[in-house]
Amino acid sequence: MSPRITLAVAARVLTQLRRDRRTLAMLLVLPCLVLALLWWMFDAGGAPLAGGFDALGPPLLALIPFIVMFLVTSVTTLRERSSGTLERLLAMPTGKGDVLVGYALAFGAVATVQSALAVLLCWAVLGLAVSGPVWMLVVVAVADAVLGTALGLFVSAFARTEFQAVQFMPALVIPQILLCGLFLPRDAMPGVLGAISDVLPLSFAVDAMSGVSTAGGGAGLGGVAGSVWGDLAVVVAFVLAGLLLGAATLRRRTA
Amino acid sequence: MLTRGTVRVTIQHMVKNVVEVCDLVVRRGRVRAVDGLSCSIAPGVVTGLLGPSGCGKSTLIRAVVGVQVLTSGTVEVLGLPAGDRRLRHRVGYVTQAPSVYDDLTVAENLRFFGRVLGVPADEAERCLEAVDLAAVRDRVVDRLSGGQRSRVSLAVALLGSPELLVLDEPTVGLDPVLRRDLWAMFHALADAGAAVLVSSHVMDEAQRCDRLLLMRDGRLLASDTPGDLLARTGTRDVEAAFLAIVEHAQEPKEVTA
Repeated sequence: MSPRITLAVAARVLTQLRRDRRTLAMLLVLPCLVLALLWWMFDAGGAPLAGGFDALGPPLLALIPFIVMFLVTSVTTLRERSSGTLERLLAMPTGKGDVLVGYALAFGAVATVQSALAVLLCWAVLGLAVSGPVWMLVVVAVADAVLGTALGLFVSAFARTEFQAVQFMPALVIPQILLCGLFLPRDAMPGVLGAISDVLPLSFAVDAMSGVSTAGGGAGLGGVAGSVWGDLAVVVAFVLAGLLLGAATLRRRTA
Repeated sequence: MLTRGTVRVTIQHMVKNVVEVCDLVVRRGRVRAVDGLSCSIAPGVVTGLLGPSGCGKSTLIRAVVGVQVLTSGTVEVLGLPAGDRRLRHRVGYVTQAPSVYDDLTVAENLRFFGRVLGVPADEAERCLEAVDLAAVRDRVVDRLSGGQRSRVSLAVALLGSPELLVLDEPTVGLDPVLRRDLWAMFHALADAGAAVLVSSHVMDEAQRCDRLLLMRDGRLLASDTPGDLLARTGTRDVEAAFLAIVEHAQEPKEVTA
């Protein structure tokens, strides 16, 4: 691995994205539209329903970057695998880490802008109650996005076509959404499901985000509750595991 | 007694060929794509790898570049096992389908791969001119013709002047004028000392090579200069020579050692 190559990969991915204006616009605008829709459903009509936007906004802030980056990454890397450019890169002095970290850096940068816009909208315009520091919402959202990128890189190895890659979404992402505590508090689930939800990465991502908004600050490092840092650490651990698994699927030699 | 340094010098001195393939077998699924093949490729010449589609040319090429899982046998490039880390700057490889980014411009593609290889920035410009693409340097690859696209892929392989250049069917579908120019370029690269291996399923291209490797069903039929091949088989073109060798091999003959 070398910083020169890693940065070259990241810069190239960003150049490709910049050229694809429509994708870029959707990456940045769609999360905001979905969050505005959520606010409209629950808070705009008077008395907030079912905990309202304050309860549902943070989980969605965690979910959206994860889902979007998972999809974008799995399709992009699949394309790189099938077009032969990955084989060419790996026949050059590129390390597997250069490819993975390059992608993670590029999509992490996009996720930072995406999350900053979404958080700004929720907090400044839609009036989301945030008891912890607002910047921490962005940090957690970026970690969630990079988690989506890491998992997307990994699953792209198991898809031969873009159709198959997209199908990994209902296979791997929707069950996590069901079990992350958005629909039913995790401790109210049947025992087995609760136990499963306790080890799924998205559960920690949602807990971290909700923690920043509700658990309050003050206690821990940087005015953020210790439990939030703990959840974030688990998410980061999943990112590293995903990247390592992804590295195992990048092969210099194929049959 | 030989010191370690002397041994290394002796070995390097002994290595004349850029590529040495020995008893190579590659099984892809149930098929033996390469079936017990040995050959060598010399520096300073253009070697043509000819044979019908599906005869194992691409698999052999992938083995030489080091991206193919081998079943048995060995492939050495510049005295190192094919695919060795130390070879990654020294071997240029052009796949059959152009392996470049469709959504980047020609110049962006070359700049990116140039940065990966760590070559100076003006190297990209030199390679663009070598394949006659300077005029479309700022066009997105997606908008180029098939021939232009494969030349972008070729330009990437030229970055850093590799000692071994491996090209899988680089001239398919190209304009005759351009094809002639590309062959002239391959010879210029060989004259500068590189080993150039070019595969083709078009037998006509044999006349443009200094040496030929004829392949069929994963096996090597002949390894010769075009002139010697025709003289030996008493034929007038490489297509006829190919047929003569295949028919000769199919005749019942005594078992030889």
